[in-house]
Amino acid sequence: MAQFALKTALPNYLRDEQLRIEEFARGVGLDFFPTIFEVLSYEQMNEIAAYGGFPTRYPHWRWGMEYERLSKSHEYGLSKIYELVINNNPAIAYLLEGNSLVDQKLVMAHVYGHIDFFKNNFCFQMTSQGRDARDGADVRKWIDGMANHGAIVRKWANRIGIETVELFIDACLSLENLIDPQKPFLPKDLSPKTSEEEAEPETPEVPLLRVDREYMESFINPEEFVESQKQKLAQEAEQAQRFPTEPERDVLGFLLENAPLQRWERECLAVVRAEAYYFLPQMQTKIMNEGWASYWHSRLMTESICDASEIVDYAERCASVLATAPGQLNPYKLGIELFRHIEDRWNRGQFGKEWDECDDWELRRHWDRRTGLGREKIFEVRSLYNDVTFIDEFLTEDFVLDQKLYAFGYNERNDRWEIESRTFGDVKKQLLTSLTNAGNPIISVLDANHGNRSELLLEHTHQGADLRLDWAKEVTKALSRVWTRPVEIHTVVDEKPTALRYDGRDYSQKTL
Amino acid sequence: MSLRIDQDHSRFRNIVRGRIRQNLRKYISKGELLGRQGKDIVSIPIPQIDIPKLRFGDKQQGGVAQGDGDPGDPLSANPQDGDGEGQAGDQAGDHPLEVELTLDELADILGEELELPNIENKGKNAIIDKKDRYIGVRNVGPNSLRHFKRTFRSALRRQIALGTYDPKRPVIIPTRDDMRYKSWKTEEEPVANAVILYMMDVSGSMGDEQKEIVRIESFWIDTWLRKQYKGIETRFIIHDAAAREVDRDTFFRTRESGGTMISSAYRLAAEIIAHDYPSATWNIYPFHFSDGDNWSVDDTLLCVDILKKLLLPASNVFCYGQVDSPYGSGQFIKDLREHFSDDEQLITSEINDRDAIVESIREFLGKGK
Repeated sequence: MAQFALKTALPNYLRDEQLRIEEFARGVGLDFFPTIFEVLSYEQMNEIAAYGGFPTRYPHWRWGMEYERLSKSHEYGLSKIYELVINNNPAIAYLLEGNSLVDQKLVMAHVYGHIDFFKNNFCFQMTSQGRDARDGADVRKWIDGMANHGAIVRKWANRIGIETVELFIDACLSLENLIDPQKPFLPKDLSPKTSEEEAEPETPEVPLLRVDREYMESFINPEEFVESQKQKLAQEAEQAQRFPTEPERDVLGFLLENAPLQRWERECLAVVRAEAYYFLPQMQTKIMNEGWASYWHSRLMTESICDASEIVDYAERCASVLATAPGQLNPYKLGIELFRHIEDRWNRGQFGKEWDECDDWELRRHWDRRTGLGREKIFEVRSLYNDVTFIDEFLTEDFVLDQKLYAFGYNERNDRWEIESRTFGDVKKQLLTSLTNAGNPIISVLDANHGNRSELLLEHTHQGADLRLDWAKEVTKALSRVWTRPVEIHTVVDEKPTALRYDGRDYSQKTL
Repeated sequence: MSLRIDQDHSRFRNIVRGRIRQNLRKYISKGELLGRQGKDIVSIPIPQIDIPKLRFGDKQQGGVAQGDGDPGDPLSANPQDGDGEGQAGDQAGDHPLEVELTLDELADILGEELELPNIENKGKNAIIDKKDRYIGVRNVGPNSLRHFKRTFRSALRRQIALGTYDPKRPVIIPTRDDMRYKSWKTEEEPVANAVILYMMDVSGSMGDEQKEIVRIESFWIDTWLRKQYKGIETRFIIHDAAAREVDRDTFFRTRESGGTMISSAYRLAAEIIAHDYPSATWNIYPFHFSDGDNWSVDDTLLCVDILKKLLLPASNVFCYGQVDSPYGSGQFIKDLREHFSDDEQLITSEINDRDAIVESIREFLGKGK
């Protein structure tokens, strides 16, 4: 570790640039954590990038794999990491040694956009660890947090062997994406139900319709109705018997609380879960975050930072960042354009009832109320939205047309990927689908005592796309490793309800 | 400079090794690795070493992108391929991972998986190599070779002897006389050299598939023997009714239509050995592949004669691999087995299809000769 502490200090000429750029950034209203820049050689950069930005993370082979991948593609000249920024207070950003000065300036400007976003977007509030008692500053000591995680895992690896620990962590990582994005915002139910409350399972009355005259009874509440009401009650009672009573989306949390784990297993699982929640906001706001940072690097570079001799180099670099390719969504491009679009609309007053109801094309085209609210609006948007709500609210038909957005899909008959549609509705639907739940299938724990054999039952809420089955098989194994009992996932395969089951020895896939 | 990631990286490499070992039989019978061979390394595609998660199926979900084109137009490339610039580490990408392995490592894996014994050196060590080894300690030397522990010890000993050592304030100051340096000794190391002589029947009855099998098998034999011997040479002989020496490329490409006289190849092999590789200094490995169809009984007897008199005495081991072909009678292997039933120096193996390659490699190399 010593090498990091010793060699990464920012040289003076970059230090000067940082101060300058920080001033410009503050001038346009960006609000960021104190920021530390460090300069890394490409080896160090690849290493830190492999660790997801945290040089102190817990030991695991997949960082090694990522490192191999990054180093290879760097050596072959396929890719280069320009910057890395960590959501921490103070924020840490890494610059690549040997980049041109224009590139370094661009990265700095971009980084301030990110840090403003980290600090102010509501999704990232969940990564906050509280407020500093003295100055009320947002506490985000994630560098320390990750180092602590590393210490925990290392401790157990030393005691019981790295292979054992790593195998278990592999299992936990297979479940890493099974968390509940809403959970951090739900009120914490601190008071567990007392046994008193649960002590009286009174038999509820069958709810019947009010009958004023007795002879009407059999007409208003016929036999079948009474029967169906009874059944409903019985069902509810059964539901209440179940554990969990409501389907639980935070599968990792559920396992942490209820699986029969040893102490080391519990601690390792907790590490994986904490980190999964830490990285979640970055997945929920990829388009906004990159769009916001690109928006600001573009404005700061062209308006304040660059001199005439640098502008062409900057433009070339910026263009390559914003380039689009068939079949790939560039979040930088989509994000920056959408922010610009919003700014333009609010500058010209293209919002509100009057605007929505106007269907005169000519009028709309020249609509300009000179409201000048654009800047204010985009700052509001960066605070209060995530990718899903951002797209849902601000993607407009004009924008889809202007930006040539299209929806694509796989055409079985032609055995190739094709453009499917350019209509606004289709594009928006497709985009929202792929962003929902950060692109992960929605999985919840239904029953921890399935078949009254303490087996675990999970359900995949099928929304049109099937699961990748070979991986699902491995995941059932991972689940049963943690749960220590047979595990079943109910999903839909080729439009048939299907149960994927692993009983500790054999895996089976059965149509229900 | 060692990086922190090195530990994680080496564990990853170990997993890769295990994965390759698991799939080794598949790699061998498919011959996938041959086209991926560099000078000293092979690059091996490893499917799916990533951590499995609940995800949507590959072609289940489309996406949104920007650009020109009408509905129904194909996208130029697979959309999931390649990742643009982005923040590191948040998306793994779907590529099969290409892992590079040195041929040495590959040979190790082969040896472990097939449980191949290391080859006992036959004591043919006429060639000498010189090597420096750091095994001694001296009083003089360059500072870069300072031996801290020994220096400290002699300084301590001197101070105690002089009575200047104070256990309460244990300061040790070495003088010039205390300094110790690592020193080296040049050792002479015998080097075992080896030559592999590949012989193949290229008569009309050997088809493309048969040759492919030979090609795959020879790749693995090369890999293993290269690991065992420092300097190794390979020579190639093709034969139908007559034999000639060729280079590697020609060896695998030539197709003749003539008859088959195996003795011609054996005679040429014996000549090459006599001329270039005196058996006192060389480990000699002749491999012969054919479909087992020889011209006449007389010729077979001639072969047996050459083997007994010339080839077997000179070689470490003589390997005959018989590839199954729809045209060959497969008689030759029976004849060899009859004549050499109790001779461990001659190994025969039948290779019926690609799946049999693994077994045949084990038969050839499993004796450790």
